[in-house]
Amino acid sequence: MSSAIEAVTHNTGQADSSWSLWLRQIAAIFRFELEKNFFGRRSLLIYLLALLPLLPLLLLALVQPPGNEWKDFNRYGEIYAIFYNGLILRTIVFFGCAWIFMNLFRGDIVDRSLHYYFLSAVRREVLVFGKYISGLVTSIILFTGTTVIAMLLLYVPRFYSQSLRYFVEGKGLTQILTYAGITILACVGYGAFFLVVGLFVRNPIIPALLLYGWEWLNFLLPPLLKKVSVIHYLNSLTPVPISEGPFAVVAEPTPAWIAIPSMLAVTLLVLIIAGYRIRHMEIRYGSD
Amino acid sequence: MTIPADQLIIFDNVSKFYGEILGVNRVNLQIAPGITSLVGPNGAGKSTLMNLMTGLLRPTRGTITLLGIPTDEPERLFRKVGYCTQFDSFPRGLTGREFINSFLLVHGYDRQRANELSQLALERVNLADAADRKVAGYSKGMRQRIRLAQSIAHEPAVLILDEPLNGLDPMVRAETIALFRKLAAEGLHLIISSHILHEVDMMSDSVVLLNNGYIVAEGDIHGVRDEMEEHPMQILIRCDQPAKLAAYVFAQDHVVEARLHNDKGGLFVKTRDADGFYLMLNRAVADGEVSVESIAPVDDDLSAVYGYLIGTTGGSA
Repeated sequence: MSSAIEAVTHNTGQADSSWSLWLRQIAAIFRFELEKNFFGRRSLLIYLLALLPLLPLLLLALVQPPGNEWKDFNRYGEIYAIFYNGLILRTIVFFGCAWIFMNLFRGDIVDRSLHYYFLSAVRREVLVFGKYISGLVTSIILFTGTTVIAMLLLYVPRFYSQSLRYFVEGKGLTQILTYAGITILACVGYGAFFLVVGLFVRNPIIPALLLYGWEWLNFLLPPLLKKVSVIHYLNSLTPVPISEGPFAVVAEPTPAWIAIPSMLAVTLLVLIIAGYRIRHMEIRYGSD
Repeated sequence: MTIPADQLIIFDNVSKFYGEILGVNRVNLQIAPGITSLVGPNGAGKSTLMNLMTGLLRPTRGTITLLGIPTDEPERLFRKVGYCTQFDSFPRGLTGREFINSFLLVHGYDRQRANELSQLALERVNLADAADRKVAGYSKGMRQRIRLAQSIAHEPAVLILDEPLNGLDPMVRAETIALFRKLAAEGLHLIISSHILHEVDMMSDSVVLLNNGYIVAEGDIHGVRDEMEEHPMQILIRCDQPAKLAAYVFAQDHVVEARLHNDKGGLFVKTRDADGFYLMLNRAVADGEVSVESIAPVDDDLSAVYGYLIGTTGGSA
């Protein structure tokens, strides 16, 4: 007999289905973790990270920089693409996800409170999923917010009426939604990776820096190796292509219909690995 | 009477090594309902055994089942098992009630039922008044009790408690022991580790003595004591004619020593067969040979057994 079916008869007097029980458990874990993510003592850093890209844009809104390119509305698509790719995507979203997702389990191990989950009648795979979803929602809210606000901050203060037309009637809305979609996809992919890293590695900073280096060097890699990265697929989706410099090895972008399902499939695989790992995990805080 | 396997906690040839360090070795054990205490010095393997029982650790060898459920199926296991660990740590920022409630919701209870069960558990450990205060502000004894409440909140059939009396003041300690007795009377398995021998002695139906990762004795404490033939049982008898009684007991081949008290008001006896000795003494009293004022076994308790088997006198409150 399914354990989950056997399990919950005490709420209503009738046996719940496995899915109903799992959904309720995921919801409970999600709420509990979301509160920790947004209001816990570790949340300060992600707020700072999310706000960081907005500061130079605020300055830019207040002070007119020298040079003619800042006066040309048509250049702003490219300016934002560089700003988004260099700072928001590669740094803010990357390290924000690292912090949020690594701490989902590592944080509980450091606080010596993971055993309470392990002593609950919940499948450990359900625990992984609940925590992952909470990390995902946290990162998406914060970094999609950053992505959208950053774009608006760049355009609106300098070209108010043009920007309104651009975002309401022009292709601005599509662009802003595409960038938001890329941020969401980045949270999905980096999140799963860092969740697993937090389960396997005691000091996750080292693998995070290694991946950071790998992602930054992606432009130098041969086309085949480029595909062993998250950034390649994300860059393939960017609405405004940007130059990667004179030393870059040029590779064809992966079409969206391949890039998105591929990233989702790899994420699923990584989550399955996380589920397997957590199923066999022991609680030995002393050795952590 | 044979107890079915789905009512037992069974260790089948279980070993646990931390790298090359021994946790427990070749444990074969069957634990029946009632209060069972795990006793042993620090590092004996008590917590390891409890962590193995609850799947927090995985055995290097062997298998463990609790009421027929393997320990690697937490989703089934913790419907029936509650574990109060020794880890004095909590998720941050929660009140006592939120702490219990949160994990009941993770169990899968709906909010209303979770609230009811939390309140019940809080009342059982006398923490209802402090339930809405932050756990971070609790005293050590309160933290111990809130963890106990969390482990019993989902009404488990097996309750595993690692040093549950640590940090409790004498009053609360007595109340907690009474609660354990009540739970055991309700048919629960209670597995308790403790180093306070007289308390273990008071509340346990059976004991498991551990030393250096091995089980050195298990069962009813008096049964264990009876089997220790290399340590004859010591009995003090206060009576009106100790010399006459001494002559009487010397006729018994199981008596290895009999000594008169200095005040000539009693006798100290060492015997290899305590039951035989008491039978003989009853006969002497019934025949009017002696009049007995009191009889006191000197080393028929856990403390003595612990001393003989493990070589120290154990802990005290």
